[in-house]
This record gives sequence, structure tokens and C-alpha cells, in this order.
Amino acid sequence: MTGITVARRAGAGTIRRAGLGPLGTAAAGVVVVAVVLAVLGPALSPADPNASDFASAYAPPAPGHPLGFDGQGRDLLARLLEGARTSLLGPLLVVALSMAAGTALAIAAAWAGGWLDAAVSAALEVVFAFPGVLLAMLVAAVFGPGLGAAVVALAVAYVPYIARLLRGAALAERGKPYVRALEVQGAGALAICLRHLVPNLLPLIAAQATLFFGYAMVDLAIVSFFGLGVQPPDADWGVMVASGRSGVLQGYPAEALLAGGCVVVLVVAFNVLGERLPGAAGAGGRPWRRTGLRTGRRTGRRGGAA
Amino acid sequence: MASYLVRRLVMLAATLLVSSLVVFAGLSAAPGDPLTTLSGGRSLPPQTVALLVERYHLNEPFLVRYASWLGGAARGDLGVSIQLRQDVSALIAARAGTTLGLIGYAALIVVVAGVAAGLLAALRPGTVDTVVVAATAVVVAVPPFVAAMALIGVFAVGLRWLPALGDGAGLWDGVRHLTLPALALAAAAAAAVARITRTSVREELGREHVQTAVARGIPYAAVVRRHALRNAAVPIGTLTGMTVASMIALAAVVERAFGLSGLGATLVNAALSKDFAVVQGVSLVLVTAFVLVNTLVDVGAALLDPRITLGGRS
Amino acid sequence: MNASLLDVEGLTVFLPVEGEERPVLRDVSLSIAAGEAVGLVGESGSGKSMTARAIVRLLPPGARTEGVIRYRGEDVGSLRGAALRALRTDVAMVFQDPRAHVNPVRTVGDFLTEGLRTHRRLSRRAAEERAVRVLDEVGIAAGARRLRQYPHELSGGLLQRVMIAAALLAEPRLLLADEPTTALDVTTQAEVMALLDELRRERELALLFITHDLELAAAVCDRTAVMYAGRVMEVRASALLHDDPLHPYTAALAAARPSLARRADRLPATPGRPLSAFEAPPGCAFGPRCAHARDACHERRPELLPLAGGQAACARAEELRGLLRDRNGKPVVSHDHA
Repeated sequence: MTGITVARRAGAGTIRRAGLGPLGTAAAGVVVVAVVLAVLGPALSPADPNASDFASAYAPPAPGHPLGFDGQGRDLLARLLEGARTSLLGPLLVVALSMAAGTALAIAAAWAGGWLDAAVSAALEVVFAFPGVLLAMLVAAVFGPGLGAAVVALAVAYVPYIARLLRGAALAERGKPYVRALEVQGAGALAICLRHLVPNLLPLIAAQATLFFGYAMVDLAIVSFFGLGVQPPDADWGVMVASGRSGVLQGYPAEALLAGGCVVVLVVAFNVLGERLPGAAGAGGRPWRRTGLRTGRRTGRRGGAA
Repeated sequence: MASYLVRRLVMLAATLLVSSLVVFAGLSAAPGDPLTTLSGGRSLPPQTVALLVERYHLNEPFLVRYASWLGGAARGDLGVSIQLRQDVSALIAARAGTTLGLIGYAALIVVVAGVAAGLLAALRPGTVDTVVVAATAVVVAVPPFVAAMALIGVFAVGLRWLPALGDGAGLWDGVRHLTLPALALAAAAAAAVARITRTSVREELGREHVQTAVARGIPYAAVVRRHALRNAAVPIGTLTGMTVASMIALAAVVERAFGLSGLGATLVNAALSKDFAVVQGVSLVLVTAFVLVNTLVDVGAALLDPRITLGGRS
Repeated sequence: MNASLLDVEGLTVFLPVEGEERPVLRDVSLSIAAGEAVGLVGESGSGKSMTARAIVRLLPPGARTEGVIRYRGEDVGSLRGAALRALRTDVAMVFQDPRAHVNPVRTVGDFLTEGLRTHRRLSRRAAEERAVRVLDEVGIAAGARRLRQYPHELSGGLLQRVMIAAALLAEPRLLLADEPTTALDVTTQAEVMALLDELRRERELALLFITHDLELAAAVCDRTAVMYAGRVMEVRASALLHDDPLHPYTAALAAARPSLARRADRLPATPGRPLSAFEAPPGCAFGPRCAHARDACHERRPELLPLAGGQAACARAEELRGLLRDRNGKPVVSHDHA
């Protein structure tokens, strides 16, 4: 069993040793700051994010209100901090759901092989047909608007991309001698998968999760921008861009641009981080696979189901 | 080649069938009975209810309902909008032009600006390259709704160069009204295409076959065009096609931001007002377009690279 | 002197590696007369390919050259634009790996006719007719069909014939063949080599033939230059190179090749590893590995000097003459100088 422990340690060790470089470290810093602000948000908040005072609509920054007010006279900083919570929590749920389902599918397909693998691959090929945002709109129409429906819809739409990517890696891992050795020793399939395959795929999973966090953030913000996700008056960066639209037209772009800017900064941070994590190289580093990931994304086109 | 095309066609048909099933099944998956979903919770006079029951075969099993809906869709009958009291097909026909124009315009910007910027960066290492790389790194992360706000703020409200809202009348006015939306839709995609163009042209320029061409005294411009760019056309074309496909869904964002009455905006409005026939019809059209474009991209890549078609693997 | 087609004098090339300039060629001098075949032999990294590339100015970006290359009396280093392209059509190159050196996504016809259509402004049809004729000459039948095929549909040997045909279509005066048969299997190697030799003689082409195979060079070339660590060690009539080498390195190279004519249990290996030009010590570059080296060899770099109808860069060349090979053709590796 010693060989196996070594294999597991190698996986964890690569993460720890990873040099992110100055840009990657800065990106990690941005993410950490955003998370801290989101968690501590209400405590730091200078005002009630939902208290409106029409007298100060579109008012410029004032003492105690460093970013000024939106069109309904609500404090912008308070709303940005409040919005950070849903804007980060939503993508987190999407990524957790889609990664869990995608990893399970990928490993099951790679492990079983044969018809199950073929069936999963074919099914994934078909589900590629649904751009995440479109599926979210459909789901919102059926179940009513809300963050929950959007999260589930996006998670479902992401699964094929994740599963397809991980299936290749899982297949390679499954072919390694240590897996054969474990099987010979009589270890169960589930135990091998959970204790050895998943930990060894972890760097790749972490890198992909980071990249998809950025994509999920944009897609969720789009759904909220449509009015089909987080519902006003709750603050959310996507909602704020939508409600800031009338401000932009009247020459008060602060709300829309601040909220949009928060999304852009975090998306850049997640992209930079995801591309520098040790598992990123294993994700088939063709740049168009990554940059191509927008709503209608197709990763690893000829990679899997051929 | 023929067997490849047949395989792609079968895949295309299967994908379309499953997608349409997903679109249709939404109606049955909805909480409450389908009639409530169809009416969007509105109370309807009994004769309308009877009409809906008959039209959607609500008393029949699911597969029968799906088959009759799909049959109707194939004949161009997508039902009636409860809210707008209009044929969904007619509605789609009226709105598709704006979306098509918007995506076409944006695709043009992506190809021209993206390839030009990428080529420039690939051929001019140093300052030009650094500027393009830095600019595209930022722009590629700007989602269309943020780009839309920034463009409206600067070019429509600030500089007053172009209109911010509406469809415009006539060709010239229409183009003027579509310019900012198309830029918002194209920005991130153009940046992505510029980046792939830069890396793949660089990669090709470093290849041995390019050396052969230079060694044979072919003028450099021709070497770049006939060898580097031609060989990079597969990744560039694939990414461009994928981004254009993604615009089919993202156009809705830009249409909402700029108050354009295209298909995407129609879909969002229908989803907000629970006008389910419209949601189904527009979703079906958009998904079909998405799948078709993606298939075209695959086939196009196979045509551009003889090794994919004939060798099976590259 | 004016009979020579190509004159390389004191060619030194530096390449930037991790911020510093490293020499890859040192003081290389070489000349090729019209219609003459010259071999350029050396181990990998000895600078033979770099020499060929320098002749048509195909060096990597950032390379710095010293010395003069004259082609038909013109300074190659001063050529720009159209004049440089004209040089590159007059000096054709055949590369080692045809698979990598032919554009994979264009047809064989595109590859063959590109030069003709660009430089001679021939119509597609006229260029293709010529291409089919030359394909026939290099032993490819059904040329018209081949023109429509893609490189990946052709075998390596066929593709190298296509590359040779492409070179011949430019109607050059000088052919630079950079290990044209190394990537091919043995039987194909012999065929391609024979073809190259025959076509060259028919057309009175000058040839710079680059190889690591001394015997092969001797078989094809009138004269052969031996390179080591970016320097020319010896230039000699090919017929004499094997039996009467002037430089200990040539002798070592000749001995390291298996021969059908003699039996050996083990091929004598030269101790040490081949050096790159930038690693070479201040004295003779081969000094550290040379069985005949004296203290003086390590102090001063020997110049390439005329000797016995050839040239050698060895301080002891004259003294060692005839001692580098024993009666059985084995090299003398011991230190005795009886």
C-alpha cells in the first residue's frame, strides 16, 4: 500500500508547491479579498443596502458614503458589499454541483468503459446543444425566476464540458499500474475511485473549478441582468447593472459600471488563477479551449466521444 | 468525406430531437397543470381553455403531445402567444431579422478586428505585441452586459456619436443603431479571436514548412498569408464559429441592454411574463441555430484541414 | 578563384541563448565551384546545418554573423528584398524531414508549383505541366494524380522525392541538401541518394551535401569538409578522406563507421562527447578528445592550412600524416609516435 500513499501525496504536494507567479498571487489576493468582504459585508457596510432616500438619488460620494448613491438613493458601497454575497455564492453552488456531477459521470464512464462510456459520451454530446444562459431562461420560465432555478440550470449546462474534460484524465489515470495493483489486491471499485482516482485528479478538478467559477459568475450575472435570477430589490451585481442601466442613459453610470467592474475584476482573477494552478496544464492547454468558453462553450471538441 | 458528413448529419438530427424534447418537456415539468403554465396563471374564458386543451392535446399522453407539437413546429406552427395574441411563428419571423443582423454585424467585427489585431501582434513582437496582449487580456473578460453599459456611457451618452436605444428605421439608421450593440456583443469574442490568431500564427511561423517557403524565395507577405495564416485558419475558424454560436444566446443580453426587439429580448420578455408558447418557440429556434452553427464549424474545420477528414485523426 | 560559385570566408555566427550570444560557427571557410559537389560532414551540433542556413540567410531571429559569404561574386549579407529572394531561388534547399518541411494542409501540387507561379508568373496549368514532368524525372509516375494529393497521403520517401522535385523546378545552380536521407528508411535512402546524384550530374548542379556519414559523402561528393564544434577541421578530396585523413578527428570519424570490408568486434569509440562551438576550449577544439594532442595543441588554435592538396586545421597534421590509419585501416589511438 505504500506506493499508493506516495501517489496520493504527490497529488497534494503539487498543489502546495505550486508557484502561482506574481500575477497568479495577485489574482489569488483579489479572490481572497472579495471573499472576506462578502463574508464580513454587513459588518463593514456603511448603510442599509435597501434603505432608499429619493432625495439623494444619483447623489455623488459624501462623507460616510464613499461611492455615492444609486437612482433610488441607496448607498452604492453597501449594495456592492451586499451584492458580493449572492454574486459569489451563486457561482460557488453552480461549480460545486456541476463539478460533483461531472466528476462522478467522468469517473463512472472511464471506469466502466464499454457501452456505459459510449452512452455517457453520446449523451454529453447531445447536451452540448444547450447554452447555459438559454437553459436558465427556459427553467426560469417554467419554475419562475430566482437564483435557485438559475443555479441548477447552469450546473446542468456545465456538466457535459466538465465531464468530457475529466473523462480523458480519468481514463489515463485508470490505465496506470497502481490502479491495476489495487485491483489485484482486491480493493473495491468505489474505494479505488474515491480514495485514489479522485485525489489524483484533484489538481485538474481544482483548476477547472476555478475557471468555471468565472464563467458561472458571468452567466449568473446575465440571468440576474435579465431579471430572471436574483430578484430586486435584493442587491446582486447583475441586478445592479440592470437597474443602473437607466442611470447610464441619464449620465450617471456609477452603479452599472461599479457592479460590472466588480464582475470583470473577479472574472479576470479567476481566469488568471485557473490558468496558473498546477492542474491547468493537464486540461489540454490549447488556449481556444479556454477562451472559447463563453455561454455556448464547447470544450475539447474532438477529445472525447470520437 | 461522405461517411463523415452522414455521421455528422445523424448526430445533428439526434441532438435536435433531444433538444426539442427538452424544450417541450419543460411544459410538463412545470409545477401545477400544463394549462396553468400555458396561461401563465392568467384566468381564461372556458372557450380559450377548450381551445388550448385541443391545440396542445392536453388530454393525451406526453409522447403524443410532443409528437403533435414537433409536427406542428416542423410545419411552422409554434402555437399562439397568450400575451401578444399573435402567432409565435409570425412573431419569430418579425423579430429574427434584428437578431440575425446583430449577430452578423458582430461576427464581422470579430473576424476583421480579431484576426487583424492578432496578426499584427504575431508579426510585430515588442511594443505592438505587448499592447495587443494586454488589451485583449482585459477585454476578453468583459461580459457583453458590462461592455454594453460602458459603450452606452461613452459613445451614446458622453460623446453622442451613436444612438443608445431602439432599432432604427431604414438600412443606414438600422446599421447605426446596431453598431454599439454589435460592438458590445463582439468585444470579448474579438479579443479571444485575436489571442488565438496571435498564438497560432506565431506557432505556424516557427514551423519548418514556413522555413521551406522562405528558403524558396516566396515573398514574406505570401508566406504569412498562404502558409502561416492558412494553416492557423483551423483553430481561428473553430473559435470564431464557437463564439458566433455563443452569440445566439448572448444576443439577448445586448438586445435587452439596447432596447432592441430581437429574438433574445422576446425570449426574456416571454420568460418574465410566462408566455410559454413563445418561450418554447424561440428556444427551439435558438437551439436549432446553435446546433447548426456548431455542426457547420466542425464540418468547416474538417474541410480546412485535410488531415481531419481523410486521416480520421489529426 | 573566379570559377567558384560560392565562397564562404571566415563565417562566424552567434545565436542569442538566454540573453547571451553564443557562437555556433567559428571562422568557417568553404568554397564550391560551379557543378561541384562538396560534402559537409560532422556530428550533430557541429554546425553543418547552420552553415547551409547562413548561405541562404535562414538563420534564427537574433543571429549575428561575421565574415563574408559570396554567391557568384555578390555579398549575400547585403542582399535585401527581391535580390535576396532571387538568391533563394538560385540556391535551392532540400531539408532533412520532408514531413515537417512540406505544408501539411496544401496539396502536393500547390507545394510544387508555388515557386514557379510566384517567381516565373506561370499559369497554374503551365506550372502543373512542368511539375508533372519533373515528378517523372524523380521517379514519381502518375504525377497528375499526385498533384491533387496531400502530403500525409504520401510515404516519406515519396515526399522527399517531391521535395527534390520542388528544388529542381526552381532550376537552381546550387543545391543545399541538409541530410536529405536521414529521415528515410535504409532502402529508400539509397534510392533517393542515387536519384539526387544522377539528377545533379545531368543538370550540372553544384551541391552542398550535408551528412554525418563520411562514406556517403565520399561516394557522392568531389570534395568533403569535416566540421567539429562549429569549425572546419579538414577539407579533402573525398577519395582520399578515408584512407589518408589529415586530421585526427576525420580518422576517428572514419573508424567509428561499420564497414563491410573489415571485421571488428567493437567499433572504436572516440572518448568524450562532441562539443558545441561555445564550449570549445581556447586551443584546438578537438584537443580534449584527441589521442595525439600535445601541450601546444591546447594553447593555440590551429589554422586551416593547405596540405597535400587539401586543408587541415591540425598543428601536427604534417607530422602525423600516414600514421592516423594503420595497415588494416584501424586508427592509431595510442600515444606512441614511433
